[in-house]
Amino acid sequence: MANLATSKKKVTLWDRFRYNKAALVSLIILIILFLMLIFAPQVTSYSASQSDLYNRLSAPSFEQTAKGGPPHILGTDQLGRDIYSRLIYGGRVSLTVGFVVGTIGALIGITLGMVAGYFGGWTDMIIMRLVDVWASSPTLLIALTFVMVLGPGMRNLIIALLVNSWTLFCRMARSQVLVIRSSAMVESGHAIGASTNRILFKHIMPNIISPLVTTYVLELAHFINAEANLSFLGFGVQPPQTSWGLMIGEGRKYLTQAPWIVLFPGLLIGLTVLCLNLVGNWIRDEFDPLAVKQ
Amino acid sequence: MGMGKYILQRLAFTVLVVIGISILVFVITHMVGNPVDIMLPLTATEEQRQLLTQQLGLDKPMIEQLGTFLKDAATLDFGMSWWQRRPCMEVIMDDLPLTALLIFFASCISVIVAIPLGIAAAYHKGSFLDRVLTIISLGGICLPPFWIGLMLMLVFSVKLGWLPTSGIGTWKHMILPALAISFRPMGHLSQIVRFEMMQQLNGLYVITARAKGVTETAVLFKHALKNIMTASITMIGSDFTKQLGGLSASVEVVFGFPGFGHLISETISNMDFPLLQAEVFFVALIVCLINLLVDILYAAFDPRIRY
Repeated sequence: MANLATSKKKVTLWDRFRYNKAALVSLIILIILFLMLIFAPQVTSYSASQSDLYNRLSAPSFEQTAKGGPPHILGTDQLGRDIYSRLIYGGRVSLTVGFVVGTIGALIGITLGMVAGYFGGWTDMIIMRLVDVWASSPTLLIALTFVMVLGPGMRNLIIALLVNSWTLFCRMARSQVLVIRSSAMVESGHAIGASTNRILFKHIMPNIISPLVTTYVLELAHFINAEANLSFLGFGVQPPQTSWGLMIGEGRKYLTQAPWIVLFPGLLIGLTVLCLNLVGNWIRDEFDPLAVKQ
Repeated sequence: MGMGKYILQRLAFTVLVVIGISILVFVITHMVGNPVDIMLPLTATEEQRQLLTQQLGLDKPMIEQLGTFLKDAATLDFGMSWWQRRPCMEVIMDDLPLTALLIFFASCISVIVAIPLGIAAAYHKGSFLDRVLTIISLGGICLPPFWIGLMLMLVFSVKLGWLPTSGIGTWKHMILPALAISFRPMGHLSQIVRFEMMQQLNGLYVITARAKGVTETAVLFKHALKNIMTASITMIGSDFTKQLGGLSASVEVVFGFPGFGHLISETISNMDFPLLQAEVFFVALIVCLINLLVDILYAAFDPRIRY
């Protein structure tokens, strides 16, 4: 019985990918990437900071090093550190920043958006005016202001990126709640005396979750790029920690002698962001009840 | 509501946003950080600290400092830059036009490339061309612009030697930075043009026009193009303001382009509070004015929109 249930579920999931093979490939790439980042010590032969001055700026190769060590398949940087290992450990940092900012931003934004949409009136007006003002203000500069007064580093980078992380979630959640609020389901909830919390989280939330998941995935991609941008400028993650953006920032001085230092982190950012975008769009197309009706 | 009244209302909103953001940044910088600790070396004596505090006017109550700041800002006087030791206005006026020109150039590239390609992709929906264009535009959106800049530099300056690697002087110095900046807006714009165009081509008025024997060129460029302009202009405006608000900094750093983005990055590194304050003021002002311009252009392209 249990077997039947799981096999049935597998078929449905496969069906969901029938018209979107690119999303399936993207999802698989993302899962492999996440697994590699989680099991970083198992899939790398070097640590992120282990330098080897005899092998500075050596090109990608599959041959063993002169001392008989494992090959530097993606080359080494100016201190002889293994690029592949640094990509894996740096990816942990890049994605952690993305996930933390995305999750906190989603929690703040969705709560405010649901409150605005559900209660309407003055509450709605104040929250949405705030969102409007925020949207027409230089949020990147405000984020940089936080970096300036708090100093660079991973924690402060997360604080700075949070500045601009909640508005989109707020708008999405509000617009979705407005659609559901006037439905018969919510009306009958009120009629049988369900509490506000119950209606918001048990009835409205499940119906608006898929567009919000799409927003979350797309914003995740956005924050990974934002982290790279600030770390590249030197305002984000600081050495000895590393991230994809910082690797490009540190490696750009060696662009002519060793282009691979810059090449691979950029490609990996692009690939991750691309996969997240394709998966995000797929979730919207497949799981959004409103989109299917059209 | 008349157009004039609408514009006045929006200008009032602009003033509110600029004042609000300026106060916010003022409070963050004065509450969270202590500029004196940052500017003086650790070995500085207590007297040196007090002297500097007095010189910067930081010994007065914060509300008084804020009042002085707002009064001076109203006359566009932001004081001296701590880092460059000359008036903030002068510093900004040296760099802002350069970056405005660079971003304008980048926007032109993205419009010239993205609009025809987006239309072509929509017209030949599902074709090989459509797929290739979708992949390219996704690439433009996903790859970091500063990385694209480095790759362009590697190919066109280092390997081929066609264009200079950095600095300014001739129009040749503008090409690579503008190209690097243009990729993301190009991706955004071509996607929105493709999407909007596909919707327009399903419209009843297109069927009518074709039935009347209007040529395909006229259907696309006279009828449909006008209807996708509002969405396109929104996208162009939004990308332009983001670039001006500091997003161009990393590309400018790559190419050693001494523009506004580069200045923002240096301001943060040098902890120059007055200069940052002036930059925030100008960016907030320009962003609001561009948004207003976009709204006015809506009415020009879509007669249904009235203010």
